[in-house]
Amino acid sequence: MNKTFISGNHTFAEAAIRAGCSCYFGYPITPQNELGEYMAMHLREAGGVFIQSESEIAAINMVIGASSTGARVMTSSSSPGISLKQEGLSFLAGFELPAVVVNVMRGGPGLGNIAPAQGDYFQATRGGGHGDYRMPVLAPGSVQEIADLTYLSFDLADRYKTPVMILGDGMMGQTKEPVVFPEPIQDLPEKEWALKSRGDGPSKYMASLILDPAEMEQHNWKLERKFQQIAKNETRYEAYKMDDAELVIIAYGTTARIAKGAINRIRKEGIKAGLIRPITLWPFPKKILQELTKTIDQFLVFEMSTGQMLEDVQLAIGGMADISFHGRPGGVVPTPAEFARFVYREYQEKRGFKS
Amino acid sequence: MKLKNKWPKYYKKDVVTHYCPGCGHGIVHRIVAELLEEMDLGKRTIGVNPAGCAVLAYNYFDIDMIEAAHGRGTAIATGIKRARPDLFVLSYQGDGDLSAIGTAETIHSANRGENFTVIFINNAVYGMTGGQMAPTSILDQKTTTSPLGREPGVDGYPLHITDIVAEFKGVAYAERVSVSSPKNIRRTKKAIQAAFQTQVDGLGYSIVEVLSACPTNWKMNTLDSCKWIDNVLAEEFPLGVLTDKRGQK
Repeated sequence: MNKTFISGNHTFAEAAIRAGCSCYFGYPITPQNELGEYMAMHLREAGGVFIQSESEIAAINMVIGASSTGARVMTSSSSPGISLKQEGLSFLAGFELPAVVVNVMRGGPGLGNIAPAQGDYFQATRGGGHGDYRMPVLAPGSVQEIADLTYLSFDLADRYKTPVMILGDGMMGQTKEPVVFPEPIQDLPEKEWALKSRGDGPSKYMASLILDPAEMEQHNWKLERKFQQIAKNETRYEAYKMDDAELVIIAYGTTARIAKGAINRIRKEGIKAGLIRPITLWPFPKKILQELTKTIDQFLVFEMSTGQMLEDVQLAIGGMADISFHGRPGGVVPTPAEFARFVYREYQEKRGFKS
Repeated sequence: MKLKNKWPKYYKKDVVTHYCPGCGHGIVHRIVAELLEEMDLGKRTIGVNPAGCAVLAYNYFDIDMIEAAHGRGTAIATGIKRARPDLFVLSYQGDGDLSAIGTAETIHSANRGENFTVIFINNAVYGMTGGQMAPTSILDQKTTTSPLGREPGVDGYPLHITDIVAEFKGVAYAERVSVSSPKNIRRTKKAIQAAFQTQVDGLGYSIVEVLSACPTNWKMNTLDSCKWIDNVLAEEFPLGVLTDKRGQK
């Protein structure tokens, strides 16, 4: 196994090239610029298409064009740029076109800052664009997992004919770690539905305009059946030190890494904390949380936001257990020690001890 | 009665047009379909249709097509052409689409010299939404959003976007034509043929702006609409070749 010491942003790009991505379109924005820069050199070297577009809006529409011909396509951006791509994401969902969209999140709202944050959870998991649709969202927790999930995201996008978002943050993008890359894909299956020009056969067209409400309703239900299949088949999470856990931390991406550090500290104090780390944010791993409420009555949600995934945890658990929240929005990256103190205090308070 | 001209191969049969009487879209559609057949391009064409009156163009053109969000036609065309440079790619757009909401896409696809063809229908109003002021509306033109006439102090001036892109090194062919008379229709066909050939020869971006009637929103009869194109609109937007680099490459 060949290990490469490489940053998260470069890993998104290298894994995409190995997954058969032949077209990349993007516009510069910090903290994900290294992704596009890597593509400019290496995707072109590999015979693919790299265009630095005039805007994120143009980039996502170039994605639509290339994807409609059957190519594997990627675009990437960071929070404000992802807002600009929402129109295109809605069209991709309506057209049922595959694409992989990377969001390396930064502080917001507005221009915010360029530090790592997790404030785009609502936008990513609630559709973001207009209309009645869902979008699979993958949240890598290490640079190795950036490689693995980027690879997976192209398969999911093709299998379900849907845009897939990979939700990282500035920390994930800038961190360098050893990575074992998957082998490059050699042959991809033919996409029968793609526009190839009609040749001698019948013509076809792709439209998201469906003027007849009854037909549009049918299209919406067809999409919904697909989203339900995705929810059934593709929900992913990691369970960390859960075997003997008496309280459960729920965190994804960078905060999940910090939570692991905190868990290792807090276990030295005799507190059996475990972690459920959602890998798919949509579909959200709600079943495991519901099952855990049978034996565990304390859940702690940890995010670099004011509490967004928190709502999914609340929806999953309902009133079946206590949920508390620790959040650091705005680009502040909390430390394992800080979070360990929070867990310790919550544990003590729940059990009536004064901390 | 025997029709002199046969039905174009790449124009669907048994469809009822949704375009209003006197609208120029139907004429330009027919010209495009005829040329796709005469130049043997239809088989290997992907067309991009816009948001606007021509959103339903795939009901008429019997070629592979994809719909674009408002203004994004040339970004989608860029994605298609870069992924499949062997195909013939066409973006069909109106004035609001191409020169208001899609200005950036128009300017930059032209500046990159993308090797596809843009058919630009300029009727100086937003047609589908009911006749609002367009970037190409002329001064004093009454529209639903310039009810007293377009006034430069508040509404700005008519935008000559084809003249702008014609200056770009990446633009190989640009011409402005009209469909106001049989003579002008023949000229339009020649212009679109030249633009198509520019793409076939791989020379870069080609665009044909067509001054086209919208009697419904202009609130004129069809004959007056054609006269208005000749006497008023073409005064603001003079017809002719704006750039032609076919001999230079």
